[in-house]
Amino acid sequence: MSPDITPIALFVASIFTSNILLANFLGMCSFISISKDMTSASGLGLAVTVVLTITSAINYLVLQYVLIPLDIVYLRFIVFIIVIAAVVQMLEMIIDRISPALYMALGIFLPLITVNCAILGVALFIEIRHYTFIQSVVYGLGSGLGWWLAIVLLSAIRKKIEKAPVPAGLKGPGITLITIGFMAMAFIGFSGMVAVQ
Amino acid sequence: MGMKDIFKENTWSNNPIFIQILGICSTLAVTNKLTNTLIMTIGVMAVTAFSSLTVSALKSLIPHKVRMITQTLIIAFYVILVDILLKAWFPEVSKSLGPYVGLIITNCIIMGRAEAFAQSNTPLLSFWDGLTSGLGYMWVLMSIAFIRELLGFGTLFDVRVLPEGFVPWTIMVMAPSAFFILAMVLWIAKTFMNKEAA
Repeated sequence: MSPDITPIALFVASIFTSNILLANFLGMCSFISISKDMTSASGLGLAVTVVLTITSAINYLVLQYVLIPLDIVYLRFIVFIIVIAAVVQMLEMIIDRISPALYMALGIFLPLITVNCAILGVALFIEIRHYTFIQSVVYGLGSGLGWWLAIVLLSAIRKKIEKAPVPAGLKGPGITLITIGFMAMAFIGFSGMVAVQ
Repeated sequence: MGMKDIFKENTWSNNPIFIQILGICSTLAVTNKLTNTLIMTIGVMAVTAFSSLTVSALKSLIPHKVRMITQTLIIAFYVILVDILLKAWFPEVSKSLGPYVGLIITNCIIMGRAEAFAQSNTPLLSFWDGLTSGLGYMWVLMSIAFIRELLGFGTLFDVRVLPEGFVPWTIMVMAPSAFFILAMVLWIAKTFMNKEAA
């Protein structure tokens, strides 16, 4: 049974109330390490959004039409990660052909996406929550946009923190985590709007 | 480097969480209950140890160019084992961990140890390195879970320890507190480290 949630509600929920990063803790590694600078943060956010949307669709189809009929769902971790790696690889080649400028801008971030747990996480959430195809694509797109929004906001805040007097033991990752905590609290404020499941 | 040095490095001075905040995604989400955190971190520890062992044992057979994807597949193999074992032995826990068990695959610590240590060391030493890295990861996350469960539910390992009159701190059950408490643990550890260095 797929859950009864309209695509629009799911879209809003995946960006705000159940933000893949602030509520589900996914994609933290690159979130913390790349958020020092707005331009790269935004580039990575764009790349994550594109990859998430495409892989959600493909992983849904693979799950429904290959893994379930063949009764090999237990292999899903391996299959999902291979699909993600393949999509990232192909996107790299396509972008390189069509727009070298964009390729240069995204260049280093694309390979990083393969190991971004948000991508695999969304695929696994889709499987656990039994989303339909439309729901899966919308959830993938919304989660990507939510991640993008969060990393751009964080990079803007971190610019200010650089100049702030922070205790020595809290410098760097420590204060960044506290900032993320406050952002997560702010996003909880949206939770009255829609709920995902 | 001896076994003892590796132990000290991985659990304290070069703890994967303190130095780079690596691989917390999959586990931070389950730190509101000690039981879940314990099982999750044991899973991570087992996968890190055995995949380091396997990568090290196979290192001369794997061509350099495809080593990343091979390592990923080795890690995925062990994660599938952990997932199946959990489903069989602890169906309840497996359910409450949800998708996070599968996400052990993308835990950067595991790949990091395979790359940084197992590629250039003997299988047995790599196993020890993976095991202690997992241990360093475990104690940090267990401390977070300890605080969160105690204040959020008034329990430890689901056993009531605080008196009935205690009002649970709802924020401890929610996502932001995971970030705050991790920052606090980091702050304390860094302060000690800075003192050691001085």
